[in-house]
Amino acid sequence: MIKLNFPFTEAAVRALKVGDEVLISGVVFTGRDAVHKYLYEGGPLPPGVSLRDGILYHCGPVMLQQADGTWQCNAAGPTTSIREEPYQGRIIRDHGVRGVIGKGGMGEGTLAACQEHGCVYLHAVGGAAQVLAACIRRVRNVYFLEQFGAPEAIWELDVVDFPAVVTMDAHGRSLHREVFQHSQAELARRL
Amino acid sequence: MTELQTALLELIRRTSAEIPDDVHRALLAAGANEQQGSIAANAMQIIDQNIALAKNKSQPICQDTGSVLFYVDCPVGYDQITFAEAAREAVRQATRKGYLRQNSVDSLTGKNDGTNVGPGAPALHFQQQRAPEINVRLLLKGGGCENVGAQYSLPHTALGANRDLAGCRKVILDAVLQAQGKGCGPGILGVCIGGDRATGYEYSKQQLLRRLDDRNPVPELDALEQDIVQTANALGIGPMGFGGRTTLLGAKIGAVNRLPASFFVSISYMCWAYRRQGVTLNEAGGIARWLY
Repeated sequence: MIKLNFPFTEAAVRALKVGDEVLISGVVFTGRDAVHKYLYEGGPLPPGVSLRDGILYHCGPVMLQQADGTWQCNAAGPTTSIREEPYQGRIIRDHGVRGVIGKGGMGEGTLAACQEHGCVYLHAVGGAAQVLAACIRRVRNVYFLEQFGAPEAIWELDVVDFPAVVTMDAHGRSLHREVFQHSQAELARRL
Repeated sequence: MTELQTALLELIRRTSAEIPDDVHRALLAAGANEQQGSIAANAMQIIDQNIALAKNKSQPICQDTGSVLFYVDCPVGYDQITFAEAAREAVRQATRKGYLRQNSVDSLTGKNDGTNVGPGAPALHFQQQRAPEINVRLLLKGGGCENVGAQYSLPHTALGANRDLAGCRKVILDAVLQAQGKGCGPGILGVCIGGDRATGYEYSKQQLLRRLDDRNPVPELDALEQDIVQTANALGIGPMGFGGRTTLLGAKIGAVNRLPASFFVSISYMCWAYRRQGVTLNEAGGIARWLY
């Protein structure tokens, strides 16, 4: 297990390799379909929010607002990342993102951006909403709640020892590409 | 709340928070079968911890609480309108309590009113039966696995799939290959051979109401189910697509008639977080017993 702590430096991220298991601690921002389209089209981040040397988490959590106005995270696993493929490369470049947490992997455009700009794709266990929510110690803030709705908003989270696996690194390697090619060859032998 | 609303709320809570026993057993066996210390085995461990945590906290196993799909078997004369109203109210309540995520979006405006109730949501399927019982089954089917579902029209030139069982096998395995880990494997397939485009998908989802450990009474389909699971698990896709020994926990295949001109194979993929429960209702609308 490799500890990855905020702020996520380019050197720390470039040192990671496909297959490394990491525990992430620090500030993480959620963002999914609506946020990606918005940022890709040049929409500005809210004042005080920066993704530079940060991690973007593809996640639409279950959040319940408490009587005192604070938010409690009831479930927060990753959502399928490939939907953000058309947008991800530019967002990594424009916003200096160092890590993307999601599930299912991403394509060649994101892989190239990871290599060029120093970023990694961190695969969390899909469906493990309770284990991952337990790593969220505090909901710091929420942005675009009205505009995009709760699952699609940007949630600013404090996480501790959030487990993930590096499946796309900054050296051009993708576990997803490798598993696809291997399974395709295995299937061809069985048809 | 009426007794029926209370019963349906409890059905939603339990479906969202607790994995059915048949699926849990299959997941434990799959976890034990992975190479110790591999990222696939570690993912299965996290899945196991998650199942326990969700049950203990009575919280959603997965934050994507999915499409809410009710399947109701009811006797002749049963008041379906009252049931539908009770189901919608139970969904509203379950959303307020956090058993369901605010998960239903107006397709034209993109607005999410936070209730999970709207056109087509929740989805209700009624089937009359001669027996006096009322059985209500519920599937919560997340978007990640729904998005990797596929419908093939045979013959399929690129895959060399003809209009026979061998052709069906080719396209079903292609769907597994294309899905990789994106549907949160190890997964379970519900498949329909035949039908039109709509009934094919509909019937493929109904296959997911079968118990994981049942056997298909039709010998050809039973053989195909076993073969699909065995072959898929030899491909090395593994949990989450990390590589590994278990790609599928099961495959459930049904066949319905088709037109001479059409030959569809419709495949619904269910994630490991297989949220499926059911109840038999008593006369007052309360829960008499659980079905899984």
